[in-house]
Amino acid sequence: MALTIPDVMLARLDPLANWVRANSLWPMPFATACCGIELMATGASKHDIARFGAEVMRFSPRQCDLMIVAGRVVMKMLPVLQRIWTQMPEPKWCISMGACASSGGVFDTYAVVQGVDRFIPVDMYVPGCPPRPEQLIQAIIDLQAKIKQTGTLQGTEFGKRTEHKGPLPMHLN
Amino acid sequence: MAHDTIIAALKAKFAELVTTEFRDNFRVVVAPARLFDVLQSLKDEHGFNMLFELTAADYLKYPKATDRFGVVYGLLNMATGVRIFVKTWLNEPDLTLPSAFPLWKGADWLEREVYDMYGILFDGHPDLRRILMPEAFTSFPLRKDYPLRGRGERHNFAVITRAES
Amino acid sequence: MPLEALPTLPEGPEKDYLWTLNFGPQHPATHTTLRLILTLDGETVVTAVPDIGFLHSGFEKLGEDLDFNQYVTIVDRMNYISPIMNEIAWHHTVEKLMGIELTPRCKYIRTILGELARISDHLLCAGAQALDLGAFTAFLYGFQQREVIYDIYETISGQRFHPSYTRVGGLLFDVTDQFIRKVRNFVKEFPKTHADMCRLLNRNRIFLERTQGIGVLSKELAIDLSCTGPLARSSGVVRDLRKDEPYLAYPDFQTAFKVVCAAEGDCYARYIVRMEEMIESLKIIDAAIENLPAGAVNVDVESKAVFPAQTSVYRSIESMIQHFELVMPNRQWTPPVDEVYGAIESPNGELGFYIVSDGTGVAYRARTRPPSYIHFAVFPYLIEGHQISDVVAVLGSLNIIAAELDR
Repeated sequence: MALTIPDVMLARLDPLANWVRANSLWPMPFATACCGIELMATGASKHDIARFGAEVMRFSPRQCDLMIVAGRVVMKMLPVLQRIWTQMPEPKWCISMGACASSGGVFDTYAVVQGVDRFIPVDMYVPGCPPRPEQLIQAIIDLQAKIKQTGTLQGTEFGKRTEHKGPLPMHLN
Repeated sequence: MAHDTIIAALKAKFAELVTTEFRDNFRVVVAPARLFDVLQSLKDEHGFNMLFELTAADYLKYPKATDRFGVVYGLLNMATGVRIFVKTWLNEPDLTLPSAFPLWKGADWLEREVYDMYGILFDGHPDLRRILMPEAFTSFPLRKDYPLRGRGERHNFAVITRAES
Repeated sequence: MPLEALPTLPEGPEKDYLWTLNFGPQHPATHTTLRLILTLDGETVVTAVPDIGFLHSGFEKLGEDLDFNQYVTIVDRMNYISPIMNEIAWHHTVEKLMGIELTPRCKYIRTILGELARISDHLLCAGAQALDLGAFTAFLYGFQQREVIYDIYETISGQRFHPSYTRVGGLLFDVTDQFIRKVRNFVKEFPKTHADMCRLLNRNRIFLERTQGIGVLSKELAIDLSCTGPLARSSGVVRDLRKDEPYLAYPDFQTAFKVVCAAEGDCYARYIVRMEEMIESLKIIDAAIENLPAGAVNVDVESKAVFPAQTSVYRSIESMIQHFELVMPNRQWTPPVDEVYGAIESPNGELGFYIVSDGTGVAYRARTRPPSYIHFAVFPYLIEGHQISDVVAVLGSLNIIAAELDR
């Protein structure tokens, strides 16, 4: 008996959009330091990020929806990071890869920003210095789950967040 | 020893030179006023055709130091493989040295870095401006009176929230 | 970069078609964070002004704050595609300052690890150079072998990327038989990958046309601009610290390897020099792993430079006191109050450290002589007069590592 496909199907558009978005994340590799090499290793043949639909690294922020901040961000680089983040179209997510991007790591010095989440929104933190490729892949899987759970077609989940959710910058404390 | 003949020849030409030695490093200490002449003599007469190192140190908290800044030039003779270090002392307020750029083109960025980190000026440098720190930065970070964690410059940026971006 | 720092464009109606292009700091071919401001005449580069500092993280300031063993975790992150080379260079200089003579086993292990690091560095450089020119497969082949080298690092130290494996006067641990097996296996397997990469690229017409005659560096200019390493050797400068100022176990291998040089000085020569150096490194690894001396990896505990073994710390008061003295920040080592420069041949060139010591366990000044910094200053001389598409070819052949460039 042949499979009969109904002429009309009813489904909510949100899960459909989430399913599409979650499985075709196009990363913007904002690779500055050591983590960038592990990001390359994640893309190379052994770990093969393509298995999770996130292998299409686009170096133009206009084509990306996932920013991976891999490596420390310093004073001179932060305005560049913010500009690239604002250039990315909605919906967009951010993974802070490694200890330096998440918190400054071992570089508690005059030049290094102590966590990019002080200045741009971050969805997922990956610990490690640098994280193993498996950890980055896990972060992408977790992010996919998050998108599937919370995403809406219009992206209203972003509009509701008017406040910066990360730890406050020191000068505001 | 190759070093002995070079140092003897230098001492014959520049009487006030002081030389020291530690491990395999041979150092010639010279006043800033004679620095360029010594470098030129080393390059032209003794064949030191590579400037492999140019750096500085702030001796503010160094035990028994009498001068504030020391600038070190590392020279290498590519034909014989002999290395020699030329050192000079500087004190505030006159932090100016002659640029070594006319002798070795490699001095370009090395001098810019020393300027960026210590505020030592190089007279005759073609393009002396900050290289590693942002242009708007006002301090010289490797000086000993500048704290390791800075003076809050790293927190001084606008915050972009979800709703704004 | 302020506007007045840019080169002034020539005046006159015949020159007003010159235009300025910003390249980087976020660009796939800049290999992390470099920025170039190019003045173009059509597609020809008239001037290139590099703007760096986008990864300046204060390494040298940290070196004045952390002791000789702690700072090794920081220098690791300097040239992050061959991390262990930085550790070897740092502790080489520290041991030179203190006058410590290493044990033969430690020298051999450091030599093996250093040469493995050189191979992994050259693999990434050659692979990325090809990747920038559109050849993706060589990059994947190179990364496959890099994973094997990562695995060896993980065997010895537990960290696959930044081993932080050397210590003053020795190593963190002794190596195991598993390490020796893995290195032997690597020596056996690697030539196949190397041959595959060579077959893909060496006679590839697109690769040849994009690299031969591009970015030529003359021998005189290379010396004048303080170039070292593969960059200088591909321009005909015959200098390799492993031969000229042998350190570690290299005096034993003087006949085992050759210094690879080329005369052309273009991007292709740099690629070929790197590819051939990998084979020479493999010979050193092969000779060293088969002649690995027995004995301790750390110098004698009586020298007061190394930590005593854990069991003896638990069981004897003398060892416990020594451990305590090395851990407490106000005791530690007592190096001579002097200044020393020590250098080794890193994959990129002469990697040196200049330490000013004030007699404590923390360097008063820990200056790095970074080959990437010196080599990036060469870039404007290489690119002038070439096409804009050659910018990535020249950048890839210089192997600029941003963290070492900016520190």
